[in-house]
Amino acid sequence: MKTGTEKLFMKGNEVMSEAAIRAGCRFFAGYPITPQNEVPEYMSHRMPEAGGIFVQAESELAAINMLFGASATGARCMTSSSSPGISLKQEGISYIAGAELPCVIANMQRGGPGLGNIRASQGDYFQATKGGGHGDYHLIVLAPSTCQELWTLTMNAFDYADRFRNPVMILGDGILGQMAEPVEPTPYEPVCELPDKDWILDGCKGREPRVIRSLYLRPAEALAEHNRHLHAKYDRIRHALPRAEEIAVDDARLVVSAYGMTARIAGGAVHEARRRGMKVGLIRPITVWPFPEEPFLRAAEHARQFLVCEMSEGQMIEDVRLACQYRRPVAFYGQGGGWYPTPEKIFERIAVLYEECR
Amino acid sequence: MRFARPETLYDVPTHYCSGCGHGITHRLVAQAIDDLGVRERVIATAPVGCAVLMYDYFNCDVIECAHGRSPAAATGLKRCLPDRIVFTYQGDGDLAAIGTAETIHAANRGENITVVFINNAIYGMTGGQMAPTTMIDQVTTTTPHGRDARLQGPPIRVCELLSSLDGVAYLERVAVSTPRDVIQAGRAIKKAFQYQLDGKGFSLVEVLSMCPTDWKLPPVKAAEFVNEKMKRVFPLGVYKDKG
Repeated sequence: MKTGTEKLFMKGNEVMSEAAIRAGCRFFAGYPITPQNEVPEYMSHRMPEAGGIFVQAESELAAINMLFGASATGARCMTSSSSPGISLKQEGISYIAGAELPCVIANMQRGGPGLGNIRASQGDYFQATKGGGHGDYHLIVLAPSTCQELWTLTMNAFDYADRFRNPVMILGDGILGQMAEPVEPTPYEPVCELPDKDWILDGCKGREPRVIRSLYLRPAEALAEHNRHLHAKYDRIRHALPRAEEIAVDDARLVVSAYGMTARIAGGAVHEARRRGMKVGLIRPITVWPFPEEPFLRAAEHARQFLVCEMSEGQMIEDVRLACQYRRPVAFYGQGGGWYPTPEKIFERIAVLYEECR
Repeated sequence: MRFARPETLYDVPTHYCSGCGHGITHRLVAQAIDDLGVRERVIATAPVGCAVLMYDYFNCDVIECAHGRSPAAATGLKRCLPDRIVFTYQGDGDLAAIGTAETIHAANRGENITVVFINNAIYGMTGGQMAPTTMIDQVTTTTPHGRDARLQGPPIRVCELLSSLDGVAYLERVAVSTPRDVIQAGRAIKKAFQYQLDGKGFSLVEVLSMCPTDWKLPPVKAAEFVNEKMKRVFPLGVYKDKG
């Protein structure tokens, strides 16, 4: 469905905010932290216009717990932050996952650990995809690489959250949040079936009272049973959601893999390699949890080697090794601490590795 | 007037210890909700602490929050459903230690919620450690020689602390250690809910309550401990009333 002539030219942080509102988000709580400040700023004026609620929370901890309450009423709700603030939210994220409440959490990653710096980074991949908070749970994690994709995935995030009653993280970075580029604001259409919210708390008028909780003391097996229930859900998500973009992978001898902003930069290097006649492809995971394993396993049939690029010292590389089942060597190019690669540098690595693949 | 179980409480035995103040306070809260006729509009938040299982006793919607985060969760609930009645039920560790920031800021924003704050000067569920409201010289499992102001600071007086905040509509400290106190506590709790119904803003009732098990006192002595020790450190009365 086309919207006609509407085009937006906004920073990624604002694109995400507007997409959230058009997807029906009506509660936002956040706390200032660079490089995502445009999100609470934008929400502070747009949310009331849209009939929703904006709260500047006293902390990241309070913000995520405000979502805990808002989500329990059935409202579509969101918070955003950047790396140190996301660490603070982990307590609430664990409770939200345990209580199976849908919500959307954006992480515009910056350099770490600790206070780190305010430059773009992908150092929170492990935290986002492997847990972060305590307990045996998963977030659904989406990794947009352009503002246009950020628009779409933000809308998708609310649908996935509601479909699976699970928190969804948008894993961006400081570049994506701060860069402005034209976006076609495609209208919101649910991307999947949305179940009735027959679990919300809104007062027990005409029904039995409901309880939302994450404590399972009795009987002794209750918590194990709850974990089995959660993991059956995660298996459904693993089956339904993995998504990746594949560019020139079919005949590739060397397959580059990267997500988010790094994938966009790596794409330029892969394009340059193809222009020079080198059989190089790119696999760009769009969901990083669940990780799209199948394209890697398929590529391992013909590729001699993989190259993973990240704005970190190497985190997603572990999932790539697992996905291709260690059948091929997996090289790495990247750096932590608030840094981004150039297409030229990635191409240099490609050229060296490609010689080994001939 | 007929003395009967309020509809807002289930007819089940509780897990609370003999002489504990939670049972009395649960009843007072339930009675206030019954009297105001709002049970089907109530959403309660359960704390981390002895009262975490309050949803086994309260016949209304309940959400179980992380330790100290109830005022933030209640903010989300109430902002999304402003015509529902939202109350938090929190102990002293929950409200005045780990959740101090959430308490102060929800109060300062004037969130139109009601807080029932149980002050028994000790951590009950975890086995009797020092609370932010533990009194000077009071022995706990983490102050074996008594609370020492030089090491642990003096107890926090929550009503006095919050009374400086303009967003707060109503603050009262009550007790449940004598029949007279219980009657006054019931009045205060009902008034706090009435203020929420009237949209007046943040209301909090601090309840001085007994913990015989962790005080290592029999129930009657525990009530005397409230009357003779706690009321001196935590004077009863209205600390704020915007009217």
